[in-house]
Amino acid sequence: MKKESPIPAAPLAVRDVELRYGTTLIQKDLCFEIQQGEIFVIMGGSGCGKSTLLKHMIGLYRPHSGSICYGGTNLWELDPRSRNRLLRNVGVLYQHGALWSSLTLADNVMVPLEEYTTLNAKERRELATLKLAMVGLAGFEDYMPAEISGGMRKRAGLARAIAMDPDILFLDEPSSGLDPLTAKQLDDLILELRAALGSTIVVVSHELASIFAIGNNSVFLDAERKTMLATGHPVDLRDHSPIPKIRQFLARGVPRNDNTPPLEITI
Amino acid sequence: MLGLSGAFTIDAERPREDLLSAFKTTPPRIRLVDEAITSWDSLLLVVLGRWREQAKQAQIELDLSEMPEGALRLMRLAETVPQQEGAGRDEGKPSFSWLTRQGERSLHTLEGFASALAFLGNVSFALGRFAVGKARYRKSEFWVTVQACGPNALLVVGAISFLVGAILAFVGAVQLSMFGAEIFVANLVGIGMVMEMGSLMTGIILAGRTGASFAAQLGTMQVNEEIDALETLGIPPMEYLVLPRVLALAWMTPLLVLYANVFGIVGGGVVGVLFLNLSPTQYVSQTFELMTLWFCIQGLIKGSTYGILVALCGCYRGLHCGRSASAVGEAATGAVVSGIVAIVISDALWTLLFMVTG
Repeated sequence: MKKESPIPAAPLAVRDVELRYGTTLIQKDLCFEIQQGEIFVIMGGSGCGKSTLLKHMIGLYRPHSGSICYGGTNLWELDPRSRNRLLRNVGVLYQHGALWSSLTLADNVMVPLEEYTTLNAKERRELATLKLAMVGLAGFEDYMPAEISGGMRKRAGLARAIAMDPDILFLDEPSSGLDPLTAKQLDDLILELRAALGSTIVVVSHELASIFAIGNNSVFLDAERKTMLATGHPVDLRDHSPIPKIRQFLARGVPRNDNTPPLEITI
Repeated sequence: MLGLSGAFTIDAERPREDLLSAFKTTPPRIRLVDEAITSWDSLLLVVLGRWREQAKQAQIELDLSEMPEGALRLMRLAETVPQQEGAGRDEGKPSFSWLTRQGERSLHTLEGFASALAFLGNVSFALGRFAVGKARYRKSEFWVTVQACGPNALLVVGAISFLVGAILAFVGAVQLSMFGAEIFVANLVGIGMVMEMGSLMTGIILAGRTGASFAAQLGTMQVNEEIDALETLGIPPMEYLVLPRVLALAWMTPLLVLYANVFGIVGGGVVGVLFLNLSPTQYVSQTFELMTLWFCIQGLIKGSTYGILVALCGCYRGLHCGRSASAVGEAATGAVVSGIVAIVISDALWTLLFMVTG
């Protein structure tokens, strides 16, 4: 029985959102909803604005128009203190881990615990050790981020993201740049976290193996039309989407188990 | 059997630290039962882990099978990947023995000295290739560096030199006025600025401004693997990155020293005219009465040396920067500190040399 949050974080709704960098339009008419316990994948080609959308969803940037609602509450209608309280229930794994380089791995995980809990130093350390063990980094507590590999940095970033047992976990390209085995372990870890904690997980990815392994809902963003093309289960989109671009994207390199003819790709 | 109830969360009241304190006599087996756990988070895992360790030490069998399924899954997850061999830091822990620390420090200093020598050798080689027209560097990079360390520094060098000249004049006037010799303030400021203070202040400003900037630029390039990319392409970083910076500062510093000298003399003049009742003509003629070209050349020689030293310290620190954000900060700080130390040492050496040679 997981703890209850002061503000319900799910369902997370993105309503008529338009994203811009200055005057440059990134995405428009984004409209989808993420339910409690879902692993929701934001997918699309490179440069279509997946990470930008994620940064808007976690409150780093304000959408040009539209609303991002956590449990029916518009994130940007809250006063800054309430918004911070809500975002305390959100964990984020950044693309390259974003560990604080002057702190050890354990210290990195302990920062949110120091800021937001009344745990004493021993308890914080025990919790940090546990989280690092969960991501397969037992024994690396006193290493500096510069002393470990990119994949380990990513896993340490995940340990920091789950330090506060967040209700919603955002993962920006968790398996990119990892070898297939490590990527698979990370996928398993994500599934295990969802099963054990019941967390909602939002993943930005274009790694097909990961998308099919963990995703149970998704949105497909298109860089050319600058909007979302479809939402749904990744496997359904691959097999039944009426939009060729989505089928081509999702079928690339994945052996198909149906009898549909190979897709024609026009260059 | 030990029944658990209530909240086992980070925000809730802490459960008992010692598992065995719940029992009057030590039982051979303890079964933990979820009687009414209202909510839990990672704290429950920490508590269970701690109790399990205590039970293991007391050789008691601890049965966790009736704990919440999610918590058990997470505990299993944490144990799935065992600690990697050699992952602990025991062997790498810093020694607290005084002798070992001194030994390590000496070795570190020796390594630093050797790498600084190698750096100097590489720069000399790059300068040699530049002299014979074979050095590979981007001209645009050179001009951008010239702009950054020369014209962009005019304001700060001018302002500080003006104030240093004025301060020299004030300090001199206090002593000289006791003998009615205020007029010699002009000589004090003129010779003081031209021989020493103009070049010294310019050097220190460049160490704080340009040296730190070189270290931060090259350090960030090191972090982003940009320098590795250059090396992979067969482009020597010494020629491509260090050479334009050293040349730009070697060229700009004497010019900045001349500019600083003028502003220092003007600063002293303003004090002389406004507070010591000297006329501008008197001040100027007195300034140039004892001034010789050799004094100016001494200042310019010192200034050029400072410029080269600042560039070398900045580039050395940047190229030997670690691969983290904090390392870039350390490189910038190191560049300023070593730049200023190098300036002061070379100032002492030049002054001694000029005194000995007359």
